[in-house]
Amino acid sequence: MKVQTAFVLAAAALVVLALAPLFIPDYWTGVLLGMTGYVTLATAWAMFSGPTRYVSLATVAFFGVGAYTVAVLNEAMPYPLVLLCAAGIGMALALVVGLSTLRLAGVYFVIFTFGLAELVRQLVSWWEVNVTYTMGRYVFLPFEGRHIYWQLLALAAVTLLISWAIGRSRLGLALKAVGDDETVAAHAGVDVTRIKLLLFVISATIITLVGAIQAPRWTYIEPSIVFNPTVSFMTLIMALLGGAMRLWGPLVGAVPLFLLFEWLSVSFPDHFSIILGLLFILIVFVMPNGVLARLEDLRKGGRA
Amino acid sequence: MKHSIAEAARAARRLTTCATAAVLAVMVGTSGLEAQERDKVTIGYAVSKSGPNAGGADMTVTPNYELWVEEVNAAGGLKLPDGSQLPIEVIAYDDRSSAEEVVRAVERLATQDEVDFILPPWGTGFNLAVAPLMAKFGYPHLAGAAVTDKASDFVKRWDSSFWFMGGSADYVNALTEILIAEREAGRINDKIAMISVADGFGIDLVKAARPSFEGAGFDVSYDKTFPPGTSDFATILNEADNSGADSFVAFSYPPHTFGLTKQAKVASYNPPVFYLGVGAGFPVYPKIAGGSVEGVMSLGGIDPDNELNAAYRAKHEDVVGRAPDYWGSVLIYASLQMLGQAVERVGLDKAAVAGELSTGTFSTVLGAETRLENNQLRAINWVGQWQDGQFVAVSAQGGDGMAAVKLPKPGWE
Repeated sequence: MKVQTAFVLAAAALVVLALAPLFIPDYWTGVLLGMTGYVTLATAWAMFSGPTRYVSLATVAFFGVGAYTVAVLNEAMPYPLVLLCAAGIGMALALVVGLSTLRLAGVYFVIFTFGLAELVRQLVSWWEVNVTYTMGRYVFLPFEGRHIYWQLLALAAVTLLISWAIGRSRLGLALKAVGDDETVAAHAGVDVTRIKLLLFVISATIITLVGAIQAPRWTYIEPSIVFNPTVSFMTLIMALLGGAMRLWGPLVGAVPLFLLFEWLSVSFPDHFSIILGLLFILIVFVMPNGVLARLEDLRKGGRA
Repeated sequence: MKHSIAEAARAARRLTTCATAAVLAVMVGTSGLEAQERDKVTIGYAVSKSGPNAGGADMTVTPNYELWVEEVNAAGGLKLPDGSQLPIEVIAYDDRSSAEEVVRAVERLATQDEVDFILPPWGTGFNLAVAPLMAKFGYPHLAGAAVTDKASDFVKRWDSSFWFMGGSADYVNALTEILIAEREAGRINDKIAMISVADGFGIDLVKAARPSFEGAGFDVSYDKTFPPGTSDFATILNEADNSGADSFVAFSYPPHTFGLTKQAKVASYNPPVFYLGVGAGFPVYPKIAGGSVEGVMSLGGIDPDNELNAAYRAKHEDVVGRAPDYWGSVLIYASLQMLGQAVERVGLDKAAVAGELSTGTFSTVLGAETRLENNQLRAINWVGQWQDGQFVAVSAQGGDGMAAVKLPKPGWE
């Protein structure tokens, strides 16, 4: 019963959000677009990194690959096919990366994923310089902000659905076991590597698609634009703020943080970075497990 | 699980309420503004105040925006066709060197702040990122700091866009002409050593340079691309020296330009033609090079006999506290002067201003009769050379506001 109610509510929220661009000014559509992008990124990131506790900084590697795929292919084939290609390339890349690295653990994994983003960026640059002799590609697709927003919204809904389904399945249970203790999980019969790989691939494919969908918004794509490491850090901090272990955690983190960034850049354009740094410190000290966990703690404390 | 869904649903409901309230508040706020009598002109811009693009923006773009606004306001404000004047109010955002930020900032300027005019961001990529929006909202787009060979295509696509910095092919072809003349005079051989940074600017120029040099019968005997992080140029210069070329051409960014200069001095590498990329036209360049930079060539250059330009440079130094660079700054400033004069003639209607910009003739720091051809500024100094402590515009023979190029380059001091 409760699940049904939640689904009805979520569907209603989705409809309201989808209709919103028809009534609000373009700027707010832009804000919703950016927000939905980060909600999707953070949810996809948490899908893998939350339960397994493997902190990945490779978000922008996949995001950028998605955007670049669109830049390269947008004139060669119809748009839906381009998106499919982007998803395919993201999936293949995640498989290669996952197979070769998911045996790494802890800080080694963090460092590797950070390096991966830079590696992919340099590879793309090298390819463009030495093979195609172009730097900077144009994406002329007839999309306005709201078209991109609708695509992102659909992707966000699908991502949350996938995340929910995983949480309820045996896979989710296995994942939790892996997160708690990999060795114990392996002894209990969980195929640790396979599960990690599967989750990593799903998460990376969604992230690739976010990049692909957002690319037409910038018209002009070059490595320094799409492989901007800030994307990785923002995703991470948003997921952590909300709580990476929960279904709605990344959303609860991404929405207020995104609005806060927007407000900061409007009101304090010259002090943005300083205020941002202070905020991060505050989040880590006050709510290390995320807003949702903190709320729960407070409520339990109140009852007791 | 069920528990957390219900909990989040409650959270979502609360958020929706907040968002609706915020949207309502904003709508009420803007409708209140419109009723007021006009007492100012608002001009908005988003430039990179932080992040990797901040250096370039702070050299070429932002100081000129500030200088122009200060000048206009000191003179009583922007003149309108009826003779009245309105002060300029500026709304400035930091795009933090992020493409998504610059796009949203322009949306914000257009639909929230409802500014009268929007000035462009720094860089080719960011100008292209905002171009569709500027066209959609009807703002004239004075793309200043954007080098592109596709300006003519862009003008077709966005007819209120204006391009002020030319394209790679323009810069390279002007250099090729000088090299041809030097070769005919027997001062250089037909070999060129060319290096380029593996980033937007370097790749774009080198792509234009290869066919241009080879088409003129030059042999590019050394052609090397280096990553943007490179700081040691000893090997590269050594190889360029060994290639037997009399002309050395580097399409580099400021750090490389400075590094190459220092290394060339250390290695006493002194080819007859020494051409560098961005940075050689910065006022600080002679200081960084540590002494005479006589004969070094690069993009840009000024006409030292142009009094308007000299006055502009003096004022820039006075107001901003440092001299402008010898390439992009003056072009950006001229674009702003054109905007001001267009407003004086046709008022604040954006479409009328765009029309005036494309057909009118303006008096700017570049000359008394500055006009655009197919929405592009073509009266640009493509090649410059350090001569007697000034970075002057040069051509093979000189004339037309340009000095004659002096080659071969004298030795380093």
